[in-house]
Amino acid sequence: MLQGKKDIVSKLQQNIMLWEGFKAPSTGTVNQFGLGIIEASFANGVFPTGAIHEFLNFKPEHAAASGGFVAGLLQPILKASGICLWIGTSRTIFPVALAYFGVSPDRVVFIDAIKEKDVLWATEEALKCNSVAAVVAEVSKLSFAQSRRLQLAVEKSSTTGFILRNDPNALSTTTCVARWRITPLPSAPEDGMPGVGFPRWNVELIKVRNGNSGVWQVEWRNDRFLLVTEQENTSVDVIRKVG
Amino acid sequence: MQKRYMALWFCHLKTDWLTIRKPELAETPFVFSFPVHNRNLLTAVSPKAEAQGLYKGMRVADAKAMVLDLKVFKDKANRDINLLNAIGEWSIRYTPFVAIDAPDGLLLDISGCTHLWDGERTYYKEVVNRFLNKGYTVRAAIADTIGAAWAVARFAQAHPIVTSGQQVKAILPLPPAALRLETAILERLDKLGFRTIKSLTAIPVSSLRRRFGEQLTLRLKQATGEASEYLHPLQPVEAYAERLPCLEPILTRVGIELAIRYLLQALCKWLAKEGKGIRAASLKCFRIDGHIQQTDIGTNQATYQVEHLFKLFELKIGDIEPGLGIELFTLEVTKVDDVETTQEAIWADKQALQNTIVIQLLDRLAGKIGAQAIHRYLPQEHHWPERSIKKAENFEAKPATAWRTDQLRPTILLPRPELVEVSAPIPDYPPMLFRYQGTVHHIKRADGPERIEREWWLDEGEHRDYYIVEDQHGQRYWIFRLGHYGQRRHQWFLHGFFA
Repeated sequence: MLQGKKDIVSKLQQNIMLWEGFKAPSTGTVNQFGLGIIEASFANGVFPTGAIHEFLNFKPEHAAASGGFVAGLLQPILKASGICLWIGTSRTIFPVALAYFGVSPDRVVFIDAIKEKDVLWATEEALKCNSVAAVVAEVSKLSFAQSRRLQLAVEKSSTTGFILRNDPNALSTTTCVARWRITPLPSAPEDGMPGVGFPRWNVELIKVRNGNSGVWQVEWRNDRFLLVTEQENTSVDVIRKVG
Repeated sequence: MQKRYMALWFCHLKTDWLTIRKPELAETPFVFSFPVHNRNLLTAVSPKAEAQGLYKGMRVADAKAMVLDLKVFKDKANRDINLLNAIGEWSIRYTPFVAIDAPDGLLLDISGCTHLWDGERTYYKEVVNRFLNKGYTVRAAIADTIGAAWAVARFAQAHPIVTSGQQVKAILPLPPAALRLETAILERLDKLGFRTIKSLTAIPVSSLRRRFGEQLTLRLKQATGEASEYLHPLQPVEAYAERLPCLEPILTRVGIELAIRYLLQALCKWLAKEGKGIRAASLKCFRIDGHIQQTDIGTNQATYQVEHLFKLFELKIGDIEPGLGIELFTLEVTKVDDVETTQEAIWADKQALQNTIVIQLLDRLAGKIGAQAIHRYLPQEHHWPERSIKKAENFEAKPATAWRTDQLRPTILLPRPELVEVSAPIPDYPPMLFRYQGTVHHIKRADGPERIEREWWLDEGEHRDYYIVEDQHGQRYWIFRLGHYGQRRHQWFLHGFFA
């Protein structure tokens, strides 16, 4: 009897998820981002593509970390020949660095608008286009209504959107599927080697629709994400002579 | 088709122009003067003044001595060219191909135009009478070649219309001046007793060339039609353009949309037939109050897709102010290109830059935000960070070299390196700490230096020694020292942020 009830509840939950636009994963889509346990926090245990992710950057250092993390996520989305639009008003991302995260910079088209209004318009137009694999937009303000418009655009086209928010004072509720904050962490070179190690970030999943939030430490190593467990995380704070 | 040309000669261009504006001058002799080398010389002489023996190039003082009631007007530089431009543009009603023949003539390519006026004779009468009624003394001639028309208009006494193929016969009795030659050659010909072109034809061409230079033989050939000659049209002939006159003035958005659609359909049908596509087009809306509203669009790839082009215009319809109404729409293609009609592969990757849907999206973005806002980068073989990328000129361009991943580059690169304060610098090592925007960063880890020399063939200055540094919070920066350590004033800069 109890088992039957559980089944019914989970079935109903599945239906609700379907109505909300979360389809059950097809085979082969699990862990394609290499995020491991982080992907398990999302609904159905799959990193949601065809949705909008929001990243909070309050300092240029955070923006750099988010830029790297987003570039790492773009790699499996773009695959062989997909293209990405990077829209913003004051773009500082250095295209050459994208190559380090596995994204060929010549397949990213940068749109440098002058007005914030144009950024949102361009983002919506780009998200509506299903021939664009991903859209990255740098915006400071995003109202609930604006985020809804973007959400409606991606629901039709299944393009993935990344919104990089750079104004901490203009935070508001949005319809984005996940809200992230990526901050840099001290790197830990292997075997106590001198110098700076692989990029390491504190990945906070602050809000997630139909999933569980959490905090993880992630490293970008050998062209893929690598979760850092606490035991490994022993950084030695010594100044090393280099050169 | 046999080419036919009409030469117009305005014998008293400037004085006629002034007489039209001031009819009272018709009965008085007057001249235009312009200072040349500190002397005032006559640049134009009215018919009345000419009858009293004045001529162009005469001194004003002499002219005043000869004709007591002479009126002298100041001339302006380029007045004749401006006048001819205006008259030439007006004459486009007779042929689309009008060229200026400085200083006092126009040349019209009338091939295929005269039948609209029932033949050359009525065409000729219409043109000449129009100018005469307006007040311009004009002499005109029609011939197979530009040279013959020019000569007959200026020097022949009768038969201004030279029948096709008869131009040689027409020019033979004319003086050598009818060949558009330099004064020096004309003087020599005159001295040697060549009074007509006929006398020249008796001399072998090689001798003529030896004695008088290439110009004489070329002009002779051009007049007879043996050598070709080209005109520079006043207004280049619009290759692809459509017009839509409206019976009732258009005021509404729906009306403008219909007009644009109609024009695009006609134009695209035409372009598609020739395998061409629009790269840039401009829509002109002529309002009934005389204003012209212009809207321009551009595309990233040549296209003749009506729907796509319409969408580009649709974004800009809001800027068109119909005012009291639009009576005429014209759509001109300002830039055409060949359309690549490659067959689309069924299994081709949908998400590629060559995809027309993506191109259409970028066109729309360019239409609203501006084409200068769209950038795509390709690698460039330079170590200097600012020069390691270049803007791609089009969306088909592929990187000539692979993107380099062996050298770490920051995720965020500041457009200009920013000066930072450092303390405790040690030679060949990064500083112990640096201060950027008021915050002190203690350097815990560092990589480097990576010395990047300035490319002396491009610019001058000191080299940079780059370090990747990590502060106490794990934030990674790209800083560099300009020049060698220990130089009089070495400076440290922050150039980027690593992920």
